[in-house]
Amino acid sequence: MKNQNGRYGIHGGQYIPETLMNAVIELEEAYNHYKEDSQFNEELTTLFNDYAGRPSRLYYAEKMTKDLGGAKIYLKREDLNHTGSHKINNVLGQALLAKKMGKTRLIAETGAGQHGVATATAAALMGMECVVFMGEEDTIRQALNVYRMRLLGAEVVPVKTGTATLKDAVSEAMREWTSRIADTHYCLGSVMGPHPFPMIVRDFQAVISREIKAQLKEKEGKHPDAVIACVGGGSNAMGSFYHFIEDKEVRLIGCEAAGRGIDTFETAATISTGRLGIFHGMKSYFCQDQYGQIAPVYSISAGLDYPGIGPEHAHLHDIGRAEYVPVTDEEAVETFEYLSKMEGIIPAIESAHAVAYARKIAPVMKKDQIIVITISGRGDKDCAAIARYRGEDIHE
Amino acid sequence: MSKIGEAFDGKKAFIAFITCGDPDLETTAACVRAAVANGAGLIELGIPFSDPTAEGPVIQGANLRALTEGVTTDKIFDLVRDLRQDVKVPMVFMTYANVVFSYGAERFLSTCQQIGMDGIILPDLPFEEKEEFLPLCHTYGVDLISLIAPTSANRIAMIAKEAEGFIYVVSSLGVTGTRSEIKTDLTSIVEVIRRNTDVPCAIGFGISNPEQAKKMAGISDGAIVGSAIIKIIEKYGREAAPHVGDYVREMTAELA
Repeated sequence: MKNQNGRYGIHGGQYIPETLMNAVIELEEAYNHYKEDSQFNEELTTLFNDYAGRPSRLYYAEKMTKDLGGAKIYLKREDLNHTGSHKINNVLGQALLAKKMGKTRLIAETGAGQHGVATATAAALMGMECVVFMGEEDTIRQALNVYRMRLLGAEVVPVKTGTATLKDAVSEAMREWTSRIADTHYCLGSVMGPHPFPMIVRDFQAVISREIKAQLKEKEGKHPDAVIACVGGGSNAMGSFYHFIEDKEVRLIGCEAAGRGIDTFETAATISTGRLGIFHGMKSYFCQDQYGQIAPVYSISAGLDYPGIGPEHAHLHDIGRAEYVPVTDEEAVETFEYLSKMEGIIPAIESAHAVAYARKIAPVMKKDQIIVITISGRGDKDCAAIARYRGEDIHE
Repeated sequence: MSKIGEAFDGKKAFIAFITCGDPDLETTAACVRAAVANGAGLIELGIPFSDPTAEGPVIQGANLRALTEGVTTDKIFDLVRDLRQDVKVPMVFMTYANVVFSYGAERFLSTCQQIGMDGIILPDLPFEEKEEFLPLCHTYGVDLISLIAPTSANRIAMIAKEAEGFIYVVSSLGVTGTRSEIKTDLTSIVEVIRRNTDVPCAIGFGISNPEQAKKMAGISDGAIVGSAIIKIIEKYGREAAPHVGDYVREMTAELA
């Protein structure tokens, strides 16, 4: 009998070293206890509202709607959260949980740096030690976020192994966790890794779809026709989709980073180019070669530059409940500029992937239809890199 | 008793780990033969993986060098076919779940049987997930080696009861690599294992010198050495085999 723990269809599971098994079992038990604990939930709600600035706004993008001439566009403004992205939702939940478990130290991986900044922030707030692993390549692409983490009191460890990007940061954080478990919680940043992480991260991010549902009901009296979010590991997308999974009429669309195109090797679009595998603690889809060696993926977006996808997304793909589409660097950059000029909102380059796809489908939808796009983060961190992409020699 | 048991039959086993294809497969073959000629009782052949999350820097480096050299699972199967012409000691593969899964578990494990591999160690396949491959391992007579860690505590008995081949006792927290000191209370762990199974157990992670090997094999049924051998191969490259042989002789002398 195969272990059913943490399975989403055939995906998920706990493919990790024996050294970590009791740690994830302890984490699951603690989570199952505290998620029903009213004091824990009150504390978390207070942190969400008073510290992170929730609920985040659901903004009607009127100019963009008129410009595209089709479906009505709403933007879920996770970029307005404290620390500038949706990552804070999960981090506040996990840090509070870790503290209740008696842990005094948080470790985390980060790609674009948003999860690292959020973890460093929560650690500062709760008086915990913090170490963030970040691919060396990403410490260069996202130098400002490295400084922010250090300013917040975290140690940032540049990871030089492999492709020196997000996957290597995850590997290194896992290695660190196996060497120091007693006082340390691994604050995983996405709906990935071994069970119970995909479940915990989803539950803490589900506040996004809970709010969208209530806010849109108030503004429009109905559900959206489509919810669109970008997908790397997939945490903002899972949070945006979760409470709509049961509402079958709502299209759920995840936008993967196609990099230079899915017909090139310089891509990170897992659903388009990957196949079933076992890596980083989970069974899911991964970009890999014929012998199962994980592929060196590429995207302009450090946050989407990951060769896998969370197991629940893989399952939603299998059963046809969600669609996953590739969006190229060029489309994302062009949309980064478009949203800035059109609505005065500079989105994270990750989020720009979602907006780019909305621009393709909105014009062919009816005017009484509604698209909600999750703006998972703000784009200040990306300005220098996009300027360089456009040939301007700007350095932070 | 499976063939692996022969390595422990009336003696302490010295288990040598070598990453296949570092720096090339000819060197791997020569190092394996040198290790066996100098008393290694069991050989662990590492199939390199792009992202070996249980390995420290030394074996990570070996994985990278081997993959850069262009080694593949198929080429490693050919290496084993060649080795099996004269190497009689038990041999097991050590790799990651995705290498087996991606190749097709049935194709992988049936090939293991054909070419004479006796077992497989997958550090990212814990007890809870072993059904992924166990039925096929049994079909093709390949022992799926269980690992027990310093943090296993209440899990030791459960794992030991279902273990086969031998049990790999992880000496320390963290990843593979040499350590100046091993602090885990391994005697207690081995006691619990022995109350629950007759399958032999060997200790690995952090063992590099004869004193450590003697102590660890004294507590258990054998000592597993990886990073220390990989360091020799890294240092001497294609000329490594006689140096690996000398090292294994020094280590096994302490276990005799």
